[in-house]
Amino acid sequence: MDLLAQQLINGLFIGSVYGLFAVGYTLVFGVLDILNLAHAAVFTLGGLLALWLVETGGLSIWLAFPVSVLCCGILGLLLDRVAFVPLRQRADSNFSGLISSIAMAIIFESAALGLFGARTVRFPAHTVPVHIWRWGGISITSLQVEIVAISLLLMVALTQFLNRARAGKAIRAVAENDRTSRLLGIHVDGIIAFTFFISSALGGAAGILFGLYFDSLSPDMGRSIELKGLAVIILGGMGSIPGAILGGLAFGLSEVLTVAITGTSNLRDAVAFTVLFAVLILRPSGLLGRKKMREA
Amino acid sequence: MLEVVDLTVAYGPMEAVRRVSFQVEEGTIVTLIGPNGAGKTTILNTISGVIPARSGKIILHGRDITRMSAHKRVSAGVIQVPEGRQVLAGMTVRENLELGGYRRPYREVLRDVTRMEERFPILGERRNLAAGSLSGGEQQMLAIARGLMARPKLLLLDEPSLGLAPKMVQTVFSIIRHVHDEGLTILLVEQNAHLALATSSYAYVIESGRIVLDGQAGKLRSDPTVISSYMGQTV
Ligand SMILES: Nc1ncnc2c1ncn2[C@@H]1O[C@H](COP(=O)(O)OP(=O)(O)OP(=O)(O)O)[C@@H](O)[C@H]1O
Ligand SMILES: [Mg+2]
Repeated sequence: MDLLAQQLINGLFIGSVYGLFAVGYTLVFGVLDILNLAHAAVFTLGGLLALWLVETGGLSIWLAFPVSVLCCGILGLLLDRVAFVPLRQRADSNFSGLISSIAMAIIFESAALGLFGARTVRFPAHTVPVHIWRWGGISITSLQVEIVAISLLLMVALTQFLNRARAGKAIRAVAENDRTSRLLGIHVDGIIAFTFFISSALGGAAGILFGLYFDSLSPDMGRSIELKGLAVIILGGMGSIPGAILGGLAFGLSEVLTVAITGTSNLRDAVAFTVLFAVLILRPSGLLGRKKMREA
Repeated sequence: MLEVVDLTVAYGPMEAVRRVSFQVEEGTIVTLIGPNGAGKTTILNTISGVIPARSGKIILHGRDITRMSAHKRVSAGVIQVPEGRQVLAGMTVRENLELGGYRRPYREVLRDVTRMEERFPILGERRNLAAGSLSGGEQQMLAIARGLMARPKLLLLDEPSLGLAPKMVQTVFSIIRHVHDEGLTILLVEQNAHLALATSSYAYVIESGRIVLDGQAGKLRSDPTVISSYMGQTV
């Protein structure tokens, strides 16, 4: 019983990081109808950059975190400028954008490899002071609580921003119809660039939290989350922010529950993706996906 | 106020609009009529800056805006209410109105939203509903109200009567006449030539991307070719 409760809690922690990764992913998809396959590479760079700032730069993690997140946002602007803007006029921009984002992912990964080396690294001990709380057989660390709190905070902030702020509403307008948005006086290219900034900043934040949580970082750490992130946004409904949050949590939980029930981690990914298929058969548009309301 | 000179617009190799010239005087309603595919929407979109001109000039208040980006034209007071209304279906009525004033100071926009809701009570009642859930006529009202939120100097209206019930068409046209009476200059595109000519002061007839006829609306109403081509079914 305690083991199950412990696993549920762990699932919540890792699920919140998946959710944070996925909201950025789904945000760009919602606006551009393009999958930005470099999102996982930004995630990796975010984690490694924060580590470098702490280890080499001697910054506290509380400073390294925002600095790295900001750099990832700027990386997002670069990504948009180099990989997506030049293709926007093309009729096949969805497909060609996919390819050029893969190219950017490879460039970012190579950069990570060149800058930080191929080894697996970790944050120095005591980067974050850790307390452990125990109730019976359940233990929670302060680090886990901080990770969940930060991811939830960022996701809630994003949701509020999109629903209330003027620029957030403009992002939603562009997501719905870019031609109409232009007619309303929205500077669509600027809004898209801004969307990449937010998306990549959140992706970088997820990378840092992921590195802290698993206590390990490597240039290929994006690989494991890339496909999961995609699964999460499909699960939640493409382009849906609450869907991505929920999808992330559901995915995290299904992973740890599989481990708890089968007693091994062999089936973890298989079951998580089986859940994905099951949801898609029952609800092809995902948990919170809407059918697009569009006039012909 | 608006002067279009020798405008040519093309989609790839196909020229949809060929050397079209016309003017809209301050304070008037000018209509473009013509059959499907004549190029009317293309002209409006080029004036709005969402489609580039291949050649020719668009002059607003004596200033060449041919290469100006779309959002700056909105700031300059050129607002289009597009064909098929194009409300942001997933956003609320209120959000649609707010976004209409996107380029204006937020405080003024909030005040104008309230005024707009008073002017169109149905929009006030439905303010928190998704715009896509409104009826066609309500959506058209929202689209016009959203356009007015920008405080336009020149309003481009693309087929505002399209797909509406006759009673709703009357309502929409009385709104159009009303905002015109308040001093707004309007360039109207309509298939319903009878109604369009009754509402406007000057009209241009467009066919296959060219202007084939123009004149005072009152004169065109009694022109035999216009009657036979455009007013047959609608009289
Ligand atoms: N995006 C586009 N790509 C290619 N051709 C287009 C495009 N939009 C319009 N056209 C073509 O340009 C011509 C003019 O179209 P336009 O939409 O301007 O006509 P319209 O007068 O507004 O017609 P309607 O009364 O049906 O709205 C048509 O032949 C149309 O097929
Ligand atoms: Mg048209």
